[in-house]
Amino acid sequence: MNTQDQGSERQSPSDLIHPEMQRHDDGGARGKDGQRLDHAEGNSRPLGTDASEAQPRGAKVRGHRPIDHNEAAARFIAAPEHQKMHDERLWDLRQKRDRQMHAIPEWEELRDLASRIKQHTLTNLAEYLEQFEANARANGIHVHWAEDGAAHNRIVHGILADHGAKRLIKSKSMLTEETGMRHYLESMGIELVETDLGERIQQLDDEPPSHIVVPATHKLRSDVAGIFAEKLGTDPDNWDAHYLAEQQREKTRPLILDADAGLTGANFAVAETGTFVVCTNEGNADLSANVPPLHIASIGIEKLIPRTADLGVLIRLLSRSALGSPMTQYTSHFRGPRDGGEMHVVLVDNGRSARLGMEEFWTSLKCIRCGACMNTCPVYRRSGGLSYGATYSGPIGLILDPTFDKRRYSTLPFASTLNGSCTNVCPVKINIHEQIFTWRKVLAAEHSIGATKQVMMKAAGAVLSHPKLYRSAIAAADSALKILPSFVVANPLNSWTEGRDMPEAPRETFHQWYSRTGGDTETKA
Amino acid sequence: MRVALFVPCYVDAFEPEVGIAALQLLRRFGIDPEYPFDQTCCGQPMVNSGCHEEAAATESLFVRNFAEYDYVVAPSGSCTHQVRCHMTAIPQTDEVRHVRENTYDIVEFLHDVLKVDGFPWAEFPHRVSYHDNCNALRGIGHSSASELRGERYSKPLDLLRMVKGVELVEKSRPDECCGFGGTFSVFEPAVSAKMGHDKVRDHMQAGAEYVVSADSSCMLHQKGCASRLGVPLKFLHIAQVLNGDRA
Repeated sequence: MNTQDQGSERQSPSDLIHPEMQRHDDGGARGKDGQRLDHAEGNSRPLGTDASEAQPRGAKVRGHRPIDHNEAAARFIAAPEHQKMHDERLWDLRQKRDRQMHAIPEWEELRDLASRIKQHTLTNLAEYLEQFEANARANGIHVHWAEDGAAHNRIVHGILADHGAKRLIKSKSMLTEETGMRHYLESMGIELVETDLGERIQQLDDEPPSHIVVPATHKLRSDVAGIFAEKLGTDPDNWDAHYLAEQQREKTRPLILDADAGLTGANFAVAETGTFVVCTNEGNADLSANVPPLHIASIGIEKLIPRTADLGVLIRLLSRSALGSPMTQYTSHFRGPRDGGEMHVVLVDNGRSARLGMEEFWTSLKCIRCGACMNTCPVYRRSGGLSYGATYSGPIGLILDPTFDKRRYSTLPFASTLNGSCTNVCPVKINIHEQIFTWRKVLAAEHSIGATKQVMMKAAGAVLSHPKLYRSAIAAADSALKILPSFVVANPLNSWTEGRDMPEAPRETFHQWYSRTGGDTETKA
Repeated sequence: MRVALFVPCYVDAFEPEVGIAALQLLRRFGIDPEYPFDQTCCGQPMVNSGCHEEAAATESLFVRNFAEYDYVVAPSGSCTHQVRCHMTAIPQTDEVRHVRENTYDIVEFLHDVLKVDGFPWAEFPHRVSYHDNCNALRGIGHSSASELRGERYSKPLDLLRMVKGVELVEKSRPDECCGFGGTFSVFEPAVSAKMGHDKVRDHMQAGAEYVVSADSSCMLHQKGCASRLGVPLKFLHIAQVLNGDRA
């Protein structure tokens, strides 16, 4: 049982793994010892299927109207190849994360330390930001401040315009997704090239990332082959991962070598040194930062940490939590511009200060964007990141998204079973499921959870607080099914029977049995 | 020791045998629980949806029903979690705090309060897959969660291992949520049912004949999924197994 899950290699029951996934060996990424590489990129398991299933698309976004997560999730589940692969792939990351955890005796102490470092920094954020700015300037970095996403985009465009830069290469950044930078810059005539492979796939498919660490994880390789065939002119029938990766490299590398400017995000910004750290597995951030003469880093203000020594805690947790690897392939420290080059840092608020002032939700700013909560989330694994219709999906997204657009994302805190696994995997100990629970309370108090739901709950509350009403409601077996629990089986949405059969009502309730027998257990129901 | 039995609304309406088994089981240990007649529900359906205001009257009724007892025992980890951790829609008087602090799930009550050491009347010669309700597991600590590093333990399995004949089987994802999630099952039916189907398959793959849990609500959902899939699993509450009920 669960007492046995010590991270040992166990054979999964055969048909829980997608049959196509275990059909043959792909001859994929292997180390010198012949063992399959265990890091994320070495672990792409082949599907090898011949049947091409169309990729389900994400939630429909219509202005501020609440996202229908269930509708998008239902379409994802209706694509079984995609859903199964997605669930297995991310569950695999969760298991690898568990193995890393078991290998580190002080794991829970590390989480506690990491939480305290981030909490301390957030509590003294203004001071640390000023310290960072002063030290970064002393290092020769140009520092800019952006109050919101639009300001950020304008600043970035301004820097590019000053240098006459036409082509920008960039590495992965959730912040620039938040600000909608890609579309803004393209509308201003800048050619933007994503250098992270997953992000490049998503860019070519004109889709946002579905996961904050593995952005194209919802796609099958057949999807990628289709996109590359259309956009890069590759062979549509060749789904070999190495072929696809190599083709992409050949088509994109010249764009990188010719770029005028590079943009990265940052995982950590160190106040005492004015430096910042970027963690990647593909080395693409280093290309983006080092190939062109101009490097811009977009950094959310919550990325600050006080000291370089704090990295010793946070870096140990980041990749172990994210991908179940001891660390990312590249952990690059940036101190200042190289000779003849220029380095700019844009420190972005975009709602973070306001979130810092939210008593119930401010600790969500501790998030280091590892994605562990998404990998473990049983709802996320089955619905896909795009079903949330938001920049941030999965458990942490349910907390962050309503702070960007409370009405549009008012439904998202309900896309959770509140099972609490997210809270337990979080490397900085954000009480994620409790904050999701709190969002429901906040939204209900504002009557923003939808009229149907609130009316049902009011009716349930009225019946359940009056013993006589309750008794008469469930007195007869068939009416029990109709009325109790009305919030489940006989709900006005009639959704129970979509995938489940109704429970059979017993001949009498416990209450009736007790009334009839006086609690004599020899007289069975 | 004055002990009251709380029979959650699901159990009352759909699984009366669970309430009867809990009553008989407690009597076997010399406890004669009272059954306050005006009891209804712990308020979780409303609170789970964010509707605390709508839950206040139900929470008040709960406290009125149970305030005079030393212990309230419920055959449900999830309802116990609601009372202990989330019953905050009403002013926190001494009476409310007393009820919240002294409400126990039957597994905890047997394991931690009575510290029982056997169920000599019980025999259950079957392969059992135990299902941890998430509120029982991570909310009130029935078992250690697989995400945390630390000593492994499980109160319900400790109890089941005392029953002659029980053979525990191991699922591939031992503490993955089954997708019930209270009102989640209604408002997110696609994911809820999919999670339930996957859970039921995991029980089957593990070779289970019976699914046993401390929560009827998860089993109501899983039973509906198993029935839809045509999977011949049987479901019993842990109180029934410990009481020696035969299926």
